[in-house]
Amino acid sequence: MTDKNGGQPALSPENARVIELTRKDFVSDQEVRWCPGCGDYSILAQTQKTMPDFGVPKENVVFISGIGCSGRLPYYMNTYGFHSIHGRAPTLATGLKLANPSLMVWVVTGDGDALSIGGNHILHSMRRNVDIKVVMFNNRIYGLTKGQASPTSELGKKTKSSPAGTVDYPVQPLSIALAAEASFVARSVDTHTEHLQETLNKAGYHHGSVFVEVLQNCNIFNDGAYREFTERDVREDRMLFLQDGQPMVFGKEHDKGIRLNGLHPEVVQLGNGISEKDLLVHHEDAEDPYLAFMLSRMWWPQFPVPVGVLRRVERATHDQLVEGQISDAITRQGAGDLAKLLASGETWTVSR
Amino acid sequence: MTTETLPRKDINIQELDRVTIRFAGDSGDGMQLTGNQFTRTTAVFGNDVSTLPDYPAEIRAPAGSLPGVSGFQISFASADIYTPGDEPDVLVAMNPAALRTNVGDLPAGGALIVNSDAFSVNNLKKAGYESNPLTDGSLKQYNVFDIPISTLNAGALEGLDMTAKQVDLSKNFFALGLMFWLYERSMEPTLRWIEQRFAARPVIGEANRRALKAGYAFGETTEMFHTTYKVPPARLAPGTYRNITGNEATALGFVAAARLAGRDLVYGSYPITPASDILHALASYKNFGVKTFQAEDEIAAIGSAIGAAYGGALALTASSGPGIALKSEALNLAVMVELPLVVVDVQRAGPSTGMPTKTEQGDLLMAMFGRNSDSPVPVVAPATPGECFEYAIEAARLALKYMTPVVYLSDAFLANGAEPWRIPALEEMPDISIANHTDRPFEPYARDPHTLARPWAVPGTPGLEHRIGGLEKADVTGNVSYDPDNHHHMQLLRAQKVAGIAEDIPALTAHGPQSGDLLILGWGSTYGAIRSATERLQAEGWSVAHAHLRHLNPMPANTEQVLRSYRKVLVPEINLGQLSLLLRARYLIDVVGLNRVRGKPFRIIDIKQAAEELLGRNGK
Repeated sequence: MTDKNGGQPALSPENARVIELTRKDFVSDQEVRWCPGCGDYSILAQTQKTMPDFGVPKENVVFISGIGCSGRLPYYMNTYGFHSIHGRAPTLATGLKLANPSLMVWVVTGDGDALSIGGNHILHSMRRNVDIKVVMFNNRIYGLTKGQASPTSELGKKTKSSPAGTVDYPVQPLSIALAAEASFVARSVDTHTEHLQETLNKAGYHHGSVFVEVLQNCNIFNDGAYREFTERDVREDRMLFLQDGQPMVFGKEHDKGIRLNGLHPEVVQLGNGISEKDLLVHHEDAEDPYLAFMLSRMWWPQFPVPVGVLRRVERATHDQLVEGQISDAITRQGAGDLAKLLASGETWTVSR
Repeated sequence: MTTETLPRKDINIQELDRVTIRFAGDSGDGMQLTGNQFTRTTAVFGNDVSTLPDYPAEIRAPAGSLPGVSGFQISFASADIYTPGDEPDVLVAMNPAALRTNVGDLPAGGALIVNSDAFSVNNLKKAGYESNPLTDGSLKQYNVFDIPISTLNAGALEGLDMTAKQVDLSKNFFALGLMFWLYERSMEPTLRWIEQRFAARPVIGEANRRALKAGYAFGETTEMFHTTYKVPPARLAPGTYRNITGNEATALGFVAAARLAGRDLVYGSYPITPASDILHALASYKNFGVKTFQAEDEIAAIGSAIGAAYGGALALTASSGPGIALKSEALNLAVMVELPLVVVDVQRAGPSTGMPTKTEQGDLLMAMFGRNSDSPVPVVAPATPGECFEYAIEAARLALKYMTPVVYLSDAFLANGAEPWRIPALEEMPDISIANHTDRPFEPYARDPHTLARPWAVPGTPGLEHRIGGLEKADVTGNVSYDPDNHHHMQLLRAQKVAGIAEDIPALTAHGPQSGDLLILGWGSTYGAIRSATERLQAEGWSVAHAHLRHLNPMPANTEQVLRSYRKVLVPEINLGQLSLLLRARYLIDVVGLNRVRGKPFRIIDIKQAAEELLGRNGK
């Protein structure tokens, strides 16, 4: 039954030491069946590695997925898991949190699952601040159905379903998450294992609607989608590793930065009178979303690709608001009396 | 001040067994409110009551237009009645459009009360009348009372701080007051209601109060009416009663079911006519721990319910046909993962958007088969507004005990229709609680040997971490399986589980002779019309019985035996023969369908005539 008073089981490093789980506790007995070389292996591994940090007993953890390659992940986690139907995982997660707010619920999805068939549910679960952690694997292709264009595929991309190139403009997932009022928005990369683990860790500690985009390589149908800026030798010059409270500096030599020019960001070379003081400073918890939205629009080669936490704000979660109304009603009206409810309104008695 | 206690001088009082009144007016005229007030008063007085609200989908169709006409029919009697009446004895028409759309149902000699003030040139034109029917003699077959209701009402409200338009909005209370006088009803319940409802708007409250009393006083002082009518209280079974609509009873039934199951009720829903009132009702029961979720769409509504079921709640979603169609993929997920869930379908006229406020029984085959592959789900259907309560509990019982989604078929007629309902005592209700599974060893798809239900192990239970999903399951372990023999086995298991419910539901009973010439077999809201027709035929000496299916999948174990006990079987349905198709396929019995799909309930006479034809009274 619902744990009405417990709330989220102690999400704190202190608790983690008490419960003492390891990565192995989160590995299920099922054989992993993604293509060899798929980026999903890394996302699974980093997820399993960070889970013990939260100090949440594994019976209180639930992974819910939709359809697509990402949808298989719950089978490999030794927690409760639900492999649902295409695009609808956020709806199940919302209902599950209503039934039992004390659970830690992760939603695993892909670019097609989350942004095409399930776009409406992403929009509404984020704006409601449902306390779920959505991790979207973005490989910019439909993998499980063998290679059709997705909502994040580049305009003109030639795929099996678009032999002459797509005529659909792509969306930026993080712009959508921000517009949908997600209270935690972040991005990482499958191959940047430490950064990915750290990002998932931050996501796990957040209360409210989390949207994490993981740039993920599909080595079969869209190999090298992010290679140009994620390879080890170029990433520091072509990606912006966001640090809360720090100026937006990037480059192997820490010699470049992002400055605001009117309403637009621009890349500047530090030196020649331009110092870190002239640069934008990142604030994850900025009250307004403008800075985060600007970051969500930046993409290689015009800009370094931002990774890390774009936005992290606190507001009451959906389940807190629901539970609050229920406890208010009970305080005001008393716990429901069924016999009285059935006999409410005008009644009359027939006796004989 | 005039009160109803004054002696009725020079007036005949005629005692009647049954009266049917139809209020009709513009959708802004408050006809639903008027009908509901008359219903409450009449129910409290002790008559048996049956109602049929009939309103347009448009909230405010152009004033005075034909599509904007809203009606409310109420039948009340001194004996058990089952329907809101075939045709009205009295029609109250507030404008020409209401007259034009309803007068065809009024039998010759019927009483017609009209608001003559509304018969302006403009309104007559909007209703398509070339001349004024009040003066051109076209209504001479009726007993016409043309009353300047607007003028009389305005006079009664003189001195109140209101605009002329506001004053005119209360004229429905004038009409209501007049009907209270004519049928010897007390104004007290409505006066109490006005007091409560308009506490914050005392001027409006006073206007409605004065209008009501003025209508009553008009009946008393005018010499227009020479007779008033008395319909003595009905002899209902002892108990405490209230008036209830199907949607109210459905909502209360699920609140009770959650209590009986010892679980929280989680209700995921998207607004749709005629199911929205269930959401409105449940949203107001927060102190019962009811969690309502107005989802972004129909799919999210059922998705949230499945998530809640997974989490251990009593999970519910409701919609009407178009919404149920959207839910079908998710409903099939619930079939595959075998989680308890109730899906309420308040059927309306289709296909597509159809006629949203009108009734139909068109979704039976969708409930049975409207999903990919073989996908068995239990289907139940209450027969009366009051039964909606009992069958909510029954649907929840089956869902929990058999770990399955259950479809509950209501319809617009049940949902909005009202009847007196004997309030059941909590002790009369069944214990439907099912314990969460907590023991090890644990296999997610091991089955109870009797019910074939799988264990319900909810997240939060230590040691029972497991994975479920829409992919085919290996028997017992629940692991993903593509094994051909396993799939065949699982398809059979899912079918057997649902079929086995036949042993756990009441037998089908026939009202009337246990064998004979004709059985009239129905389901859902046709109950009243079929029962009335059957009783009339029986009174005329015919060998006719009525049986009504509340469980449509599986059907009661003795269904075939009952059907084979009669020479002929007539199946009236507000669809083109869906139950007939099931019965023919299942039992190879040559049932005869009676199928009218007019967006309205059957009239008793429709069924009686069809039965007479089958019984061999052709051409009478």
